[in-house]
Amino acid sequence: MHSPFQLAVENPAIEQETRAAEALDLPWQVVVHNDPVNLMSYVTMVFQRVFGLPREQAEKHMLEVHQQGRSILWSGMRERAELYVQQLHGYLLLATLERTS
Amino acid sequence: MEIRRQGDCLEISELDPFLAELLRQIPESTNPDGAETAQQRLFSSPAPASEREMCAEWKLYVEPELRRLFQTATETVGADLQQLNGCTKPFANCTLRIPTKNADAWLNALNQARLVIAAKYNFNEAELCDHYRSPIGSRRDLGLFQVNFYGFLQEFILHELKM
Repeated sequence: MHSPFQLAVENPAIEQETRAAEALDLPWQVVVHNDPVNLMSYVTMVFQRVFGLPREQAEKHMLEVHQQGRSILWSGMRERAELYVQQLHGYLLLATLERTS
Repeated sequence: MEIRRQGDCLEISELDPFLAELLRQIPESTNPDGAETAQQRLFSSPAPASEREMCAEWKLYVEPELRRLFQTATETVGADLQQLNGCTKPFANCTLRIPTKNADAWLNALNQARLVIAAKYNFNEAELCDHYRSPIGSRRDLGLFQVNFYGFLQEFILHELKM
């Protein structure tokens, strides 16, 4: 039989390993770039679908793309970021995966 | 031309022969062959050029999937457009019914066509925003009209999807 205290001190190594792996993978961001052809309403719909954003937030990112040329839609681990970029390319948006500076 | 929701379909009626022909040209217009800029736009880079390995892997594994996705959308639209071949009289107006389950395929194919045409003719932002340009005096003008007409259809489909 282990006391709860003993269980807690037997497992800390796993948590440290997870953090180290995440740290290696963290600095990636999904960037969407301006494109004069894609419709604003279409871009907004794509952001809602791909990232599950509420309409207002999707519109905010769409306007950022339109007015500033680019918007960072998501940041985190590379694998998931790649998946997002692939989905965005499937909708024919100009999207890239970039290391966080 | 009239466009409205009819049950499980988006109905475009009173299509005159000119607009019907523009619709028939959607699948063909999605073809970027022979225009490097159009190819590059449909299959854009997933990362800055410095990420060489990622870009190479993307070309190898992801691009074929994207090609299949775009091809499937184009084929779905092509199949819906077969209805236009049923117009019996050569200059009569006709009707096209787009099943709402195909709406995503239409959005995708229309977008492909708009991007390819815009890339082939190198339209700038000012030209793309000029919705009242007329008359159509050249193949380039027709291309711009196509981009705007297809954009109008996209707007309608998006509007209906929200309802």
